[in-house]
Amino acid sequence: MKLNQIYIKRLIFTLSLWPILSLSIDILQNNLGANPVEFIERHFGKWTLIFLCLTLSMTPLRKITGISQWILYRRMLGLFVFFYASIHLLCYVGIDYQFAITDIKNDIVKHRYVLVGFLAWLLLLPLALTSSDKMIRRLKAHWKRLHRLIYLIAILGVLHFMWLVKKDITEPLIYAVIVLLLFILRLNILKFK
Amino acid sequence: MPSEITPEHIYHDRRNFIKNLGLILGSSALTTFTNKSFAALNSLPSFAPSKNLDPEKLSSFKDITSYNNYYEFGTSKTDPHDYADKLKTDPWTITFEGAIQKPITLDIDELIKLIPLEERIYRLRCVEGWSMVIPWIGIPLGALLKKISLTGNAKFVEFVSLKRPSEMIGQRDDMLDWPYSEGLRLDEAMHPLTILAVGLYGKILPKQNGAPIRLVVPWKYGFKSIKAITKIRLVEKMPITTWMKANPKEYGFYANVNPEVDHPRWSQATERRIGESLLSPRLKTQMFNGYQKEVAHLYQGMDLNKNF
Repeated sequence: MKLNQIYIKRLIFTLSLWPILSLSIDILQNNLGANPVEFIERHFGKWTLIFLCLTLSMTPLRKITGISQWILYRRMLGLFVFFYASIHLLCYVGIDYQFAITDIKNDIVKHRYVLVGFLAWLLLLPLALTSSDKMIRRLKAHWKRLHRLIYLIAILGVLHFMWLVKKDITEPLIYAVIVLLLFILRLNILKFK
Repeated sequence: MPSEITPEHIYHDRRNFIKNLGLILGSSALTTFTNKSFAALNSLPSFAPSKNLDPEKLSSFKDITSYNNYYEFGTSKTDPHDYADKLKTDPWTITFEGAIQKPITLDIDELIKLIPLEERIYRLRCVEGWSMVIPWIGIPLGALLKKISLTGNAKFVEFVSLKRPSEMIGQRDDMLDWPYSEGLRLDEAMHPLTILAVGLYGKILPKQNGAPIRLVVPWKYGFKSIKAITKIRLVEKMPITTWMKANPKEYGFYANVNPEVDHPRWSQATERRIGESLLSPRLKTQMFNGYQKEVAHLYQGMDLNKNF
């Protein structure tokens, strides 16, 4: 890695901590509203989806700009997806349900939005665990196949949001459109150079 | 804002004072005393304070007025607080029509003079799995319906809210089939717990809470308690309500709070009490929102899984 790439990477890392900082500011300013648990859950849920979209945009950006450097930041962004998804899950399990395992189990089994959200997190696990250079080398061709799971995860993540809302699906639709666009941009029939 | 905090603070102090006084003087003296003190403070006519002087902890005025589902002003919980002030609630009339001897349109000021106002402290349980405790002020709907003589044919009561997109910005989208409408079986409407609320926390009802007049049915999910009512219609057939139209699989006519009948989206077994600390656990949801003793007989022999 060149020196400027290392700096860019550090910059992206620092910027990726923004969701933590912005929530801390909201907590300090007492800005969480009447339902702070819901606020925090939604905050990390939203940022998980944003990082998912960012991760998925690196390949199309490489294709469109012809610059391969984008790929250097993909793994880190992907790990942030896992990081924020895990905090999101932990808020639900730990803060909202206070580790009441029976209640959580019932919630997952009975409600499809919880189920797909939980599935998406489970599928992120193997991707996070195999993200090291060592694992990439060890898994060889399997690695690529395994990491295609991210497309399924993206669909499940958007569904999770879509099925949660009662009536106004504007916001989840925005994510659905972005994810769909990022999928289309990957198609080989689209040539940019 | 101090204007929001002070009354609530006084309110709590006064409640404690009344409570202590009540122990010494008994309830009749209590009523007289509070009527005067409240009337001096608020523009609402005097009202009888809640008989339940040792309720669960009340939700704060701020939470009650800044976390609302009122899609007429937008779908975010804070939209009603931010946009409801545009609504003109004066003048306001309510039309009573349908199966009654003489249809009548009443001005809100006339209407609240027909029946003495009372305070009712009720739990409010939203279908989304959160709850509050709210000190409403209102009139029992049953007493009002008795005044407006019914004929024998009505079996249901249909309520219709306001449609005024110029002031209700959420109505510029076809999010729901406006105007919002709701319904009750006649015996539910006549039940003494069912009220039309015109105030809360000793004050005139804030616009984001359904001013100038709204329904409160404490054993049903919050969406049944329709806000900004303009028409009350006595009908023979079960009305199709707004949420039934929007999603018949998820929202039934009865919508009784029931921890054993889950909503397809949300577990109804537990609820989060608004205003509790971040680390406090969810509460177990009670059958009929804790009003089982009062209302269970209305549903005897009914399959509550089917009549959700």
